[in-house]
Amino acid sequence: MEEIFPELEKKLREAFPNDIVSAEMMWDFPVFTVKKDKVVDVVKYLYDDPELQFRFLTDLCGVHFPDNHGHELGVVYHLHNMRRNLRVRLRTFFSEKEAVVPTLTTVFSAANWMERETYDFYGIVFKGHPNLKRILNVDDMVGFPLRKEFPLEDPNREDKNDKMFGR
Amino acid sequence: MAETVVNKGTGIQSNPPVNAERVEEKEYSILNLGPSHPATHGVFQNILKMDGEIILDSEPTIGYIHRAFEKIAERRPYNQITPLTDRLNYCSSPINNMGWHMTVEKLIQAEIPKRVEYMRIIIMELSRIADHLVCNSVIGVDSGALTGFIYVFEEREHIYEIFEEICGARLTTNIGRIGGFERDFPDAAWAKIHTFMEKFPKVLKEFEKLLVRNRIFMDRTIGAGAISAERALNYSFTGPNLRAAGVDYDVRVMNPYSGYQDFDFKIPIGTNGDTYDRFMVREDEIWESFSIIKQAIEKLEKMPKGVFHADIPDFYLPPKEEVYNNMEALIYHFKIVMGETEIPKGEVYHAVEGGNGELGFYLISDGGRNPYRLHFRRPCFIYYQAYPEMIRGNMLSDAIVTLSSLNVIAGELDA
Repeated sequence: MEEIFPELEKKLREAFPNDIVSAEMMWDFPVFTVKKDKVVDVVKYLYDDPELQFRFLTDLCGVHFPDNHGHELGVVYHLHNMRRNLRVRLRTFFSEKEAVVPTLTTVFSAANWMERETYDFYGIVFKGHPNLKRILNVDDMVGFPLRKEFPLEDPNREDKNDKMFGR
Repeated sequence: MAETVVNKGTGIQSNPPVNAERVEEKEYSILNLGPSHPATHGVFQNILKMDGEIILDSEPTIGYIHRAFEKIAERRPYNQITPLTDRLNYCSSPINNMGWHMTVEKLIQAEIPKRVEYMRIIIMELSRIADHLVCNSVIGVDSGALTGFIYVFEEREHIYEIFEEICGARLTTNIGRIGGFERDFPDAAWAKIHTFMEKFPKVLKEFEKLLVRNRIFMDRTIGAGAISAERALNYSFTGPNLRAAGVDYDVRVMNPYSGYQDFDFKIPIGTNGDTYDRFMVREDEIWESFSIIKQAIEKLEKMPKGVFHADIPDFYLPPKEEVYNNMEALIYHFKIVMGETEIPKGEVYHAVEGGNGELGFYLISDGGRNPYRLHFRRPCFIYYQAYPEMIRGNMLSDAIVTLSSLNVIAGELDA
């Protein structure tokens, strides 16, 4: 997949001169970091371009880097061109306060539940999503469990006291 | 019902006309399918809006067995995540285990010996057979044919016995290690593999005789829960469900891993994407898997015996007897268990062809002892959202066979 990287980078930089934050190869994946307002436009461009044709959404998930101030939260998209067997990863980062990303359900129906899952675990709001509510966790849950500050276990538990090694 | 009409000018009320046409208000019934229903084969709920026997709409609710594996994985060292992956698609846990091992091996760029790769292929294809056997025989059960189910479960049991000989566990296998296997296949396992290879084709042929050209089965499944290739791609279908719709996408061929490029096999595809096609694609895949195992055994017989793991002491747990008798092994053991090994920083995505489709692992490592972030691309979770669209306008009994032919495994759905 390394062969495609220069072509992809050139095309994306031409089409979106101000919105590609970074471009690099990570193992076997071309990875592009995109500004969050343009991410759906980039996906649409990759979808429609006659040579690129990234028409399969492999995966969509959230990430949380609490130490990157101003870019704490992120969404990662994996796209696949099945005809030429190319894969690409798009990332977008933004701050916790403005965690609103345009929805991808307009392009891929599959994004529906993936975005609900991302909302459920990270609290990232997908603008324009038809049914944005929690999917795996209970509806009245407080907080977003995959954010780093969310404790893995309830710290007040007393039934699992392990004095020797600590918890 | 006709209402009393009031003349606006005069204010006189007139009685409703006696022969007013009675408009019948249509009433839809709401039917709860699940969360614990014998036909769903797992814990998930569907609220169906029915017009008589016809489904107008449905709303799936999932998450009943959500166990937060992605969160737990962020606090566990790499070799302790394997048991978590067992519990994703528990019908074919070895594929999940291998997928995870290969993801870590990709991150640390370990080179795996060919023999280990072929041993892995045997395990993965055996579990694919087990997975497909469950799914296909359950389609039979849900359409009223219990016999085949009981019949092929004997062979599934046989596969589980092979796993038991190799790793000691049956369902949640935790098979293999990062870098290879914990031990070589024992002779008992080889003996069981060989008996399986002898006995299995006959059993599968007989099973196919029961269902493949069975008039009742065909009438029940053809056209039930069909999806077009275009919609299936838009819904990110993968695996047998996508191939049944006519797209020949298979991770084993598209992005070969673990030496699949050395094997000769076909990708069976369907045309209509309905329940019958999904059944047939899985059925043909069982034959392909069988032939892959056969080729792998032949290849392994030509290779020198003894190698069962890669030479990566920093990541592969040394055998216990060496840990107790050898200083170096003890140090490596300690380093691995305490998470002192150097893991590269970076992001990798690795996908394997699971029983239900592309099972992906997206791993972000920050160099620490645990993954910084681990996301499972679970095929079930992604394609199950197409279920309402697939059963709309179908009968209730079609919805049941559609659900079983999609092979929605609750463990993989909820992670």
